[in-house]
Amino acid sequence: MNLLEILFYVLSAFALVSAIMVLVSKNPIHSVLWLILVFFAISGHYILLNAQFLAIVNIIVYAGAIMVLFLFVIMLINIKKDSEPQKHLYVKFIGVIAGGSFLTLLISLVKQSMPLVGKNVLLKEGSIGLIHPLGKALFTDYVVPFEISSVLFLSAMVGAVLIGKK
Amino acid sequence: MTLLAFDWAFVIEKLIVIAIIVFASLGIALYTTFGERKVAAILQDRPGPNRVGPFGLLQPLADGLKLIMKEEIIPNASSRWLFILGPGLAMTASLMTCAVIPWGTALHLFGRTIELQVADVNIGILYVFAVVSMGVYGIMIGGWASNNKFSLMSALRAASQAISYEIAMGLALIALLMTTGTLSLKTIVADQVAGHYWNVVYQPLGFLIFFICAMAECNRTPFDLPEAENELNFGYHQEYSSMKLGFYLFAEYVNMIMSSAIMASMYFGGYDLPFFNESSVAPNIAAMIGVGTLLIKIVLFIFLFMWIRWTIPRFRYDQLMNLGWKKMIPLALFNMLLTGALILSKL
Repeated sequence: MNLLEILFYVLSAFALVSAIMVLVSKNPIHSVLWLILVFFAISGHYILLNAQFLAIVNIIVYAGAIMVLFLFVIMLINIKKDSEPQKHLYVKFIGVIAGGSFLTLLISLVKQSMPLVGKNVLLKEGSIGLIHPLGKALFTDYVVPFEISSVLFLSAMVGAVLIGKK
Repeated sequence: MTLLAFDWAFVIEKLIVIAIIVFASLGIALYTTFGERKVAAILQDRPGPNRVGPFGLLQPLADGLKLIMKEEIIPNASSRWLFILGPGLAMTASLMTCAVIPWGTALHLFGRTIELQVADVNIGILYVFAVVSMGVYGIMIGGWASNNKFSLMSALRAASQAISYEIAMGLALIALLMTTGTLSLKTIVADQVAGHYWNVVYQPLGFLIFFICAMAECNRTPFDLPEAENELNFGYHQEYSSMKLGFYLFAEYVNMIMSSAIMASMYFGGYDLPFFNESSVAPNIAAMIGVGTLLIKIVLFIFLFMWIRWTIPRFRYDQLMNLGWKKMIPLALFNMLLTGALILSKL
């Protein structure tokens, strides 16, 4: 076990425990806070894979912006633990079906990845996650989808301002 | 034992650098509170604190002692762990920024080259941006955990303010990065030392936007809507007492120091002393001069923050949102277009 492997296992355990806590927490605010910890653990994995840019963008976008909005909305509507309405039986039934299909998807993924057993992930190697190669790839090979999605984001932002103006 | 086979001297060196930087930041923050009261006093034509020690210089120590000695109250109806976590998060997030700030060129001591920067990561500015976006959690968690409607309102305000101004801040940063071509703060400062002009000459509008957004992110007046006393009592730290309150108040000052350091590094040459040839003196002395220069720049920025705080009244909430969304963001977009056009015309 070298230092990287120890870090990998610690981060994995951290991510799994936090993810389980997201599900079992009764209070939605606690769930969101645990979810933020999951994002941090995943960012740690990105850094282990030498993808610093991806790691930091994951934190900026997910932990820094989207989760703030989640917290904002949950605080705003102020869900109380005890006043949570009892769910209908058919809602629970739909939930079971949706969860079951997702589980099937996950199992099929795990089954497909069986040839990977016994192979090690290359930690701290490769440079595609660093900012220069990533920028080159985005602005040469993937320039059209990249620009289109940028325009999409920009128009979404302008639209938000416009709606706020009314 | 391959596990422990790394450069221990390097680890110890970094630990010492980290300790010095953190304690120096806390020390400066301590005296910034004193400076704030003195500046306020001068602007309002009164003497200010002058009882404790010569010229009142021991006042911050007395304040700190008072905060520590006060009774610690945790409201019964609060979420206990989150209530404790809030101020800790606020403080941690504000101190984390100092990891990527280049405080000076390298020192040469005991045959080692000691970089006066904790980590030169190639995504330096994005790291700062990530930490800044984390900063709001301390306020949000503390405000919610207090179980007080004023605190909750304040937490919501803090969140929406932070999100709104982060967009303009990011757009201002993009324009700066277009001119520098790198994300590493160390390289940005080194380019300014080597080049003719500081980045503020190339990005005056970008600096203005960044400065306003930094003020909003630090929750300084005129942007201190989350703690508007006359509307929300005391805002998110209303239920806090003793050193937990102290941490919140202190984190604001540390934030101010860090954003001053970032602005000085990005737009005002960092540790670069103008009209002075660093190679004419010994490297160690040049490094110390650099650190001193950066500190002076930081103090000037902090003074500017205070000057604005004690001159301009607080915005109304709709004015704050109007400024953020309808003025800062279009202005930042325009700045980005202008920068792009200028770069294209130069090619």
